[in-house]
Amino acid sequence: MTLAVFLTLAIASVIFALIMVLTKNPVHSVIFLLLTFFAIAGQYVLLNAQFLAVVHIIVYAGAVMVLFLFVLMLLNLNTEAEPRQTARWKLAAALASGMLLLTIVGALRGGAELPIPETSDPHVGLVKNLGRVLFTDFVVPFEIAGILFLAAMVGAVLLAKREIR
Amino acid sequence: MLTLFTTALLFEKAILVLVLFAVTLGVAAYATLAERKVAAAMQDRVGPDRTGPFGILQPIADGVKFFMKEDFMPNSAERWLYILAPGAFMFVACMTSAVIPWGTQLTLFGHPVDLQVADLNVGILYILGFTSLGVYGVMVGGWASNNKYSLYSAIRASAQMISYELAMGLALIAVVMFTGTLSLREMAEQQAGLNWNVWYQPLGFFIFFVCALAECNRAPFDMAECETELIGGYHTEYSSMKLGFFLFAEYINMFIACAVIAVVYFGGYNFPGLDPSWLGGLMGLIVMFAKTFFFIFVFMWIRWTLPRFRYDQLMQLGWKTLVPLAIVNMLLTGGFVLLFGK
Repeated sequence: MTLAVFLTLAIASVIFALIMVLTKNPVHSVIFLLLTFFAIAGQYVLLNAQFLAVVHIIVYAGAVMVLFLFVLMLLNLNTEAEPRQTARWKLAAALASGMLLLTIVGALRGGAELPIPETSDPHVGLVKNLGRVLFTDFVVPFEIAGILFLAAMVGAVLLAKREIR
Repeated sequence: MLTLFTTALLFEKAILVLVLFAVTLGVAAYATLAERKVAAAMQDRVGPDRTGPFGILQPIADGVKFFMKEDFMPNSAERWLYILAPGAFMFVACMTSAVIPWGTQLTLFGHPVDLQVADLNVGILYILGFTSLGVYGVMVGGWASNNKYSLYSAIRASAQMISYELAMGLALIAVVMFTGTLSLREMAEQQAGLNWNVWYQPLGFFIFFVCALAECNRAPFDMAECETELIGGYHTEYSSMKLGFFLFAEYINMFIACAVIAVVYFGGYNFPGLDPSWLGGLMGLIVMFAKTFFFIFVFMWIRWTLPRFRYDQLMQLGWKTLVPLAIVNMLLTGGFVLLFGK
């Protein structure tokens, strides 16, 4: 049962992600990325991480992708207006994304030897446990992430205020 | 594999989902009639009274009319997205009712039935998540119509929803800090008798209420369908039942928003002197619906009393008044919880 759900979600997320990359229309891309996010949120639920699943939906589907859509609509991109990419740019883009892929694969190498965490405990993803872990074992990364967000906020305010000054 | 017990549970939940779906649609349909009646009463008119006694068949007549109208699609519309948008809007609106505790337990044929489809331990976040998805129907619909007024309206609506979601989330954080739970069921249980959250969170309630009005696109925040500036708003190019879906989903949103207000701030199915388990659990249901309908009435009352905001005023209110107020409320609640416990 769980395996069937997992496989359905996994295949769906890969297919949606592929369509997202391959489709020409940027708004369709956004819609398919959204569907990919839903499939991934489903995976989180399977791992008993309901909090993560819901936050994933709120942050990525509810906020980040809305902003993407917002920008796309304002630009109103279409195939005629799209700047023609030269072969050099395409090569550079392929190289850069290939390097990123290499880095990710390298970082995940050896992941197979790691012990698989026991997910049969239904309380593992509860907010209480997550909060406790965040504020004890992982308090330094948590605070650093908070400072990063603060920096981003200050940066956004500065950018918006630049013209007035 | 599936035992008899889980099968029975699934069956029970499926029936509950169907009943809830029917009730949601029914309430939304009659909310349209109630809206016109309330408007009529406030403007010293009679309102619709031709279809059936007191016009109670009006929603059915409206529904039939929506289905019978010509389904027109503009040539330059983005075909699939144009069709998808109203469905997506409706779907998201119907999803939120799953985590709301409508009552404690209803005893049917000597068998207790939970009046909540799913008691998620992150119920309140689930509602926030689906509210934030509501904007897609509006945005995609407005964009796919390929009409500049629809696009303007879609952009306005999405900017408004994003802005007010922030203050709404911050107001809810204060409640979560105070109650110590994200589950709506536990929140309702904690507010037994008259121990309602609104007494402890008056400012939070005010912020949440204003944000709920804005999230539902209700006047005085109905910038997305400001007729004088935008013809009809994001659904200008829609007709027939596609338009019906957009209008109808807004009433569903209002119903759910009022139910959430009732559960989070006004004790849900609790009322002093009325045990929610009376009448085999029916009492809780009655109390809960009475509160919800009261807030629906307040929403309508506001709509027919206050004029529409200007767009810059709307943004000012959202970002420069409600967000700072919500942060102050959060800090006060945090200090209060730290000093005195719960």
